[in-house]
Amino acid sequence: MKTAEIVVQKNGTMEPQPRRRTNLLHSVTGQRMTGSEILLKALGDEEVEVIFGYPGGVVLGLYDALHRKAPPFKHILIRHEQGGTHAADGYARATGRTGVVLVTSGPGATNTVTGIATAYMDSIPLVILTGQVPAGLIGNDAFQEADIVGITRPITKHSYLVKDVQDLEQAVHEAFYIAKTGRPGPVLLDLPKDMLFAKSRYEGQRKIRIPGYNPVGDGQRQRIAEAAALLNEAKRPLIYAGGGVILGGAASELTELALKSGIPVTTTLMGLGAFPGNTEQSLGMLGMHGTWYANMAVSECDVLLAIGARFDDRVTGRLDGFSPKSKKIHIDIDPSCVNKNVKVELPIVGHVKSILPELTKLARPLKISGWRQQIATWRSTHPLRYRMREDKIMPQFVLEKISEVTNGDAIVVTDVGQHQMWAAQYCTFNRPRSWLTSGGLGTMGYGFPAAMGAAIGCPDRDVICICGDGGFQMTTFELATAVEYKVPVKVLILNNGYLGMVRQWQELFYGGRYSHSELGSGNPDFVMLAQSYGAIGYRGEKPDDVMPVLKQAMRIKDRPVVMEFLVAQEENVYPMVPAGAALTEMVDTDQPVA
Amino acid sequence: MKHTISVYFHNNFNALSRIIGLFSGRGFNIDSVSFGEAKEKGMARMTITTRGDEQIIEQINNQLDKIVDVVKVVDLTYTPFVERELALIKVKSTPDTRAEITEVVNVFRAKIIDISPETLTIEVTGKKDKVIAAIGMLNPFGLLEVARTGTVALKREFTGAT
Repeated sequence: MKTAEIVVQKNGTMEPQPRRRTNLLHSVTGQRMTGSEILLKALGDEEVEVIFGYPGGVVLGLYDALHRKAPPFKHILIRHEQGGTHAADGYARATGRTGVVLVTSGPGATNTVTGIATAYMDSIPLVILTGQVPAGLIGNDAFQEADIVGITRPITKHSYLVKDVQDLEQAVHEAFYIAKTGRPGPVLLDLPKDMLFAKSRYEGQRKIRIPGYNPVGDGQRQRIAEAAALLNEAKRPLIYAGGGVILGGAASELTELALKSGIPVTTTLMGLGAFPGNTEQSLGMLGMHGTWYANMAVSECDVLLAIGARFDDRVTGRLDGFSPKSKKIHIDIDPSCVNKNVKVELPIVGHVKSILPELTKLARPLKISGWRQQIATWRSTHPLRYRMREDKIMPQFVLEKISEVTNGDAIVVTDVGQHQMWAAQYCTFNRPRSWLTSGGLGTMGYGFPAAMGAAIGCPDRDVICICGDGGFQMTTFELATAVEYKVPVKVLILNNGYLGMVRQWQELFYGGRYSHSELGSGNPDFVMLAQSYGAIGYRGEKPDDVMPVLKQAMRIKDRPVVMEFLVAQEENVYPMVPAGAALTEMVDTDQPVA
Repeated sequence: MKHTISVYFHNNFNALSRIIGLFSGRGFNIDSVSFGEAKEKGMARMTITTRGDEQIIEQINNQLDKIVDVVKVVDLTYTPFVERELALIKVKSTPDTRAEITEVVNVFRAKIIDISPETLTIEVTGKKDKVIAAIGMLNPFGLLEVARTGTVALKREFTGAT
């Protein structure tokens, strides 16, 4: 029977220790206090630094406790629970810590659903605290009651309805443990109002014992040796790295393996930054809007090493055409990911951070200059390119300039759509946790609040958010939060007056019938909108405006900046793998190679 | 191919919903489910029979295992195991047909557990095919209601070799 018996050390490490018991003598062990106070104390013990919250009826007691005695963490008052959940998500992705959200019952809780689903699809550690009507009223259709545990069951890693105040402390510690370990994910705690007023003793101990949850694995030695043998014999090997490398904190381990063996590296949308992008060895992103050379490499390789990736449909294209000539090695922490979509010859289940060094020890520098030459040829015949115009700002141009203006050091956050794909193609990422985007769920409105959360978590880094005019309007209201807390996020709106990606598909596959994808007639004046909140607004209309506006914006350090660039209206993202096509059936732009 | 999966988990309503929700959410197939308290306090055992090819079954097992409240998942299909189902069958019965029905009941070693001037209620336990056969044999008499449980199963411990 699998059991994880963990004692959490006060310094916050959460690795399983072999049966060492440390009695934490907490300063308030044994004291009687209300559920609200227990919750705040437990959050402090978990070393939470920031929570994003919005008060309401059933959590008034909790907010009163927050007011009476300042907790060791900061509470950010957001303006909509969806914005708050995305902010906690962005915070988690940028810092590597667990994001925390606090909302009230009913509509407060249901407003977090999109944000929770976004985090679930991308495996982001979040703890969502939702107030709930008193336990006795549950099921009575009470005022502001919603079965949030039921509603979020398919999109949470685990959830708790804490009816008894004596279970609260343990539930909080378990929730944080589950959210962060194994394959991370959102965990929800539903907290009835009466439970938060009831009193119990504070234990001050963090003993986690969850039979049935044992997330740590080291991969099998035998398998790792087999994988190394396969790689060392390969003539055309390729590394396919996904978000799991970044979540597992294994970017430097991956880089070491790649540099030692010389194997070319392509990453998924979620894996950008896992391997430095500014090298010849990096092939950029693969998949539906990946680079030509990455997709060709995947299709022609003879050994594919998949690390922390899940063979998502955006990456594979038509399954029977995906990497047909290769033997596949798959390193992942989640056994249910293995052989889910694509049959893999050599699965290795375990933590990528501990498996990769073992593999690197056995790997050898490979003599694959023929393969490298082939890839270089693909790169020179089909580079990423676009038509530069004198009269209109090209979206790709703006994105190329971002890396220049920030020295490749900023955190780049995107919303969803064409701009997201262009950012993935044209921005360069050299370190992990520099690229935040909603990949799995593709949530419009994610970008701006997530950027705000990232900036709050990493005040010493520049944070740039790239949005379209559509996505920005979904969560604009968080400008108020950013202004209040002096968060210097730089928001870049690539305004083409359309729902760009939808328009592209309508142009290519629906005979150019733009059904309800035009936004221009209703769009606000984004500069005035920003100013009305107390943020700074700039507009750029010509290509020569781009650099001056960007440079000006980067100088502002005490409030958000919104830069609206009017860009070319009918640009398409290329290359593109049409739906149902194989990766080799890419359509590239007809723009000639320079 | 039919598979019988035994899931051992912490007994709370949340875990139960997650397990069943997993099947519907991911488009897996449930032929039957039975669930009840297990030996240890606070734990429960659920037996699920499902159909699918090897890849689907592996997915089902892995996804079930992922659920935090689930402690153990055993796919009994390839090991020797015992399985039983129970059915309560209410049959139309007049004094003329009662003897015939009783004959059928005896063949299946079933029991008559309720009697009325117009009906007989019969309890049958056994493997799935036996239960189906019993219902089939009683059908001509006129079935009024049938209540069936899912399959329960446990691994066989001794297969005879020493």
